[in-house]
Amino acid sequence: MATAETHKTGGIGKDVAVYVCLLVLAGIQFVIAYQDITTSQMFVRMLTVAIIEGGLALLFFMHLSENRGLMWFVLIFAVTAILGMQYGWTDSFRLVNGVPWAK
Amino acid sequence: MSQADLSIHGQVSRTSATEIMTAPAFAVPAKKMAMWLFIIADCATFAGCLFAYGFTRNATPDWPRPFHSITNVALMTLILLTSSLTMLIGVRSAERADKGGAFRWIMITAVLGILFAVLHIREWMGMISEGATLFHNPWGTPLFSSLFFSITGLHLLHVTGGVVALIAVGIRYQGGRYNADDVEITGLYWHFVDLVWMFVVPLVYLMNLSH
Repeated sequence: MATAETHKTGGIGKDVAVYVCLLVLAGIQFVIAYQDITTSQMFVRMLTVAIIEGGLALLFFMHLSENRGLMWFVLIFAVTAILGMQYGWTDSFRLVNGVPWAK
Repeated sequence: MSQADLSIHGQVSRTSATEIMTAPAFAVPAKKMAMWLFIIADCATFAGCLFAYGFTRNATPDWPRPFHSITNVALMTLILLTSSLTMLIGVRSAERADKGGAFRWIMITAVLGILFAVLHIREWMGMISEGATLFHNPWGTPLFSSLFFSITGLHLLHVTGGVVALIAVGIRYQGGRYNADDVEITGLYWHFVDLVWMFVVPLVYLMNLSH
């Protein structure tokens, strides 16, 4: 068994910085929840913040930024699965666009 | 490199060729790669649940907004994010072969996980006391309760499994049966649980907040 890989990151300082960023982004989501906007606008804003949060966690907490090959492998598989669900889900088009209250 | 290349150039020995053929993918140890494959599969599972939730919410008129306060979910988010940081410190301690430090931080992470689960169950009990169950929803369509308990329940199951794994790996690492790689792999799982929560909170809680 190989010994533990040593990570290139500069110790705990960077981890704390990412942690603070995640806290701030989570706080932004809570602020968005109280904005007077439509449901679809709220969905887009919250999802954007969640994707940024997820990206930070993947790149720095899970150290994907240190292994580009693995990063692309994970991204391609995950994004393919997610897009497959968005566009290949049975009846998804009608559920998103076909109902009168969908817009 | 093909067998022909090996025989033509004659520069790569059979031992080297074997090493090339058995080299770990992306220079990642096999156990860690297995965890990444599990995470990708689990990502698809959660994405399936959240997509089903999104489509159902969009297609259902008068979707209920039963949450009045964000205090509990904000506290749960803070605890889970902090547990990711403590896990990172534990992994770094393990990389430095600081067994005592790694064990301490892993156990702090497990305690934070337990705290998260307790808050989660407390929230569930509050909803159940108002009449919400897996098949009944006092605020409207029963689909809301079904999806809420299914998605948060699946996440809670992952947190519970993660806490058990953290305690087992922490004890075995301190006892010398596991190494720093095992701690890091457990950390990957724990960060994934945190990552999923970042999507569950806005979609399942914050978008159903009553103003």
